[in-house]
Amino acid sequence: MRLRILDRGHTFGTKALFALIRAVSRQPVLDVIKLVKYRADFYGGPMQRVTHEAMRGPSTWSIGDRELMAALIAKTNECEWCTQAHGAVAKAAYGDEAKVFAVLSDLETAPIEEPLRATLRMLRKLTREHAVDADDMRALRAAGVSRDQIEDALAVCFTFNTMARLAEAFGFFVPGPRAFDAGAKYLLARGYR
Amino acid sequence: MSDIRKARSALVARILEGDGTTSRTQRRAAFDNAAVEEPLSTLTQKVAKHAHRVTDEDIAAARASGLSEDEIFEIVVCSAIGQATRQYDTALAALEAAAGAKE
Repeated sequence: MRLRILDRGHTFGTKALFALIRAVSRQPVLDVIKLVKYRADFYGGPMQRVTHEAMRGPSTWSIGDRELMAALIAKTNECEWCTQAHGAVAKAAYGDEAKVFAVLSDLETAPIEEPLRATLRMLRKLTREHAVDADDMRALRAAGVSRDQIEDALAVCFTFNTMARLAEAFGFFVPGPRAFDAGAKYLLARGYR
Repeated sequence: MSDIRKARSALVARILEGDGTTSRTQRRAAFDNAAVEEPLSTLTQKVAKHAHRVTDEDIAAARASGLSEDEIFEIVVCSAIGQATRQYDTALAALEAAAGAKE
């Protein structure tokens, strides 16, 4: 991590929490946790409320679908950390590793429903080009995606276009897959609160 | 549907209007990707447009210019949320335009 305060600047209580996490999970504390726990009143607290609602709030998209969106948005941002982290959650939520791998490898040929594919395509364009237009949205509606579903997907997109930037700018350390699997288990059980 | 509107407004209000180690003007400039002075203009431009290209040197340059780590933290956070906000607002406006044309 490029800022020492994000690694070691936490309060005594937070450091004790990190020690507990390491003991229970037998994995290093993920850098995203160090980020959201640093001066949590400035960023971490308010952002976790947005993230939890986007990822676990009521939606006709499943949790797996939303984690898959997060992973694809991360990949489009060239954020290795977030791609692995949310790829791991999507795999666990779907119980289908091949499907997540297929979407991240080639969205056009992946074995998923057309409304989800069209939505992922729009999110990828928005992430890459920083804009979409009314025609893109009409195409989505024509593919059978409801207005509410589009808004829900945009909430995921806001969250992970923020997160991926911070992971890259602050230089998150990419741990081995077991650390992400442990993180995925936690996120499926508890959400982002 | 999920509803992030209230939580998202609270987040943006907190980082831009609340207390911080940087001034509200500095945070607003980072959020708007409108920082004019180096090395901050390079750093915030990278965070907004291609964050994966941020390097150790970019952060070192910000530090060498006299900014504390807390100040860099706040500026990077504002920059990231600002860009994600512009994308989000653009997409919602496109959705609105698509709905308006149909009805």
